[in-house]
Amino acid sequence: MSETKPVKYVNTPICVDFDYTPGKATSNFLRSIKKGQLIGSVCPDTGKVYCPPRSYSVETASPMTEIVELADTGMVYTFCIVNIKFYDQAQEVPYVSAYILLDGADLPIMHLIQECEVEDIRPGMRVKAVWRDESEWTESMENIKYFKPTGEPDAPVGEIMENIRSKSHA
Amino acid sequence: MAPDQTQEVALRADHKLEFPYVRATGPILGRFFTEIRDNGKFVGIKTSTGRVICPPVDVDPDSLEDLSVEDMVEVGTSGVVTTWSWLSEARPKNPLDKPFAWALIQLDGADTALLHAVDAGSEEAMSTGMRVKATFIDERKGNIHDIACFVPED
Repeated sequence: MSETKPVKYVNTPICVDFDYTPGKATSNFLRSIKKGQLIGSVCPDTGKVYCPPRSYSVETASPMTEIVELADTGMVYTFCIVNIKFYDQAQEVPYVSAYILLDGADLPIMHLIQECEVEDIRPGMRVKAVWRDESEWTESMENIKYFKPTGEPDAPVGEIMENIRSKSHA
Repeated sequence: MAPDQTQEVALRADHKLEFPYVRATGPILGRFFTEIRDNGKFVGIKTSTGRVICPPVDVDPDSLEDLSVEDMVEVGTSGVVTTWSWLSEARPKNPLDKPFAWALIQLDGADTALLHAVDAGSEEAMSTGMRVKATFIDERKGNIHDIACFVPED
């Protein structure tokens, strides 16, 4: 072979192919979201509502059999402005990934916030889910494209979080 | 509408987790891969005690001093299987798509062994101490996949 440049780098990709099975609680959540419903599970000891639901309470390990329907509105708990595109990232930067506390839930879910300037996003900001067209709904969180501000007055985030903390199991 | 609590057939989905690492070889491993790509040869590295390590390392395990490209020496493209493990069912990313052996191969002139695949046809054809030789792919790119596999030497 002809003289070429010396090797300086090698690609050493690591790839793990999972066959993912979500289990009962998450399956229930995914089947609900296919119908446009968000659900949570209730801890029988603390009354905390988990979304996405879990089969057992994280705090007390009690089985969580009670399921409640949640609104697709909530508030921003905390957020991150992503300014750097990472490998295979489809989203244009900058974009905002946020923890959103849905109304009726005691744990936040992570989702995108759009239809506003990233600088305007703040904890307590009221947001609402923007859903894909119903014909596209599957068993996926991607049925919600993103959340957008509702324009309502900000929620008292400190008070709400304090209230959630007070539900903790002693 | 009441929340759905029915339990049907379990859901499943493919989930691929990938880390596209690119590793800087440094001059020594760089030379190792360059020799394979350009010349179809293997090079090892000589330590302070005269041992030849292949694949080569950056630091002399005998003296703990840095080694350099000057310490590199050619070894053979054939060698001896020092230990092996038969894989009766190849995994998707394996170098061969049929049953084969993962083996440690001590190339002629080297004092340490290199891990690669041996295509022996059957587990019965494998043995510790057997002689094998490297086969290379046609379009070599300068990485370990340039070695197609090792095969039993006639």
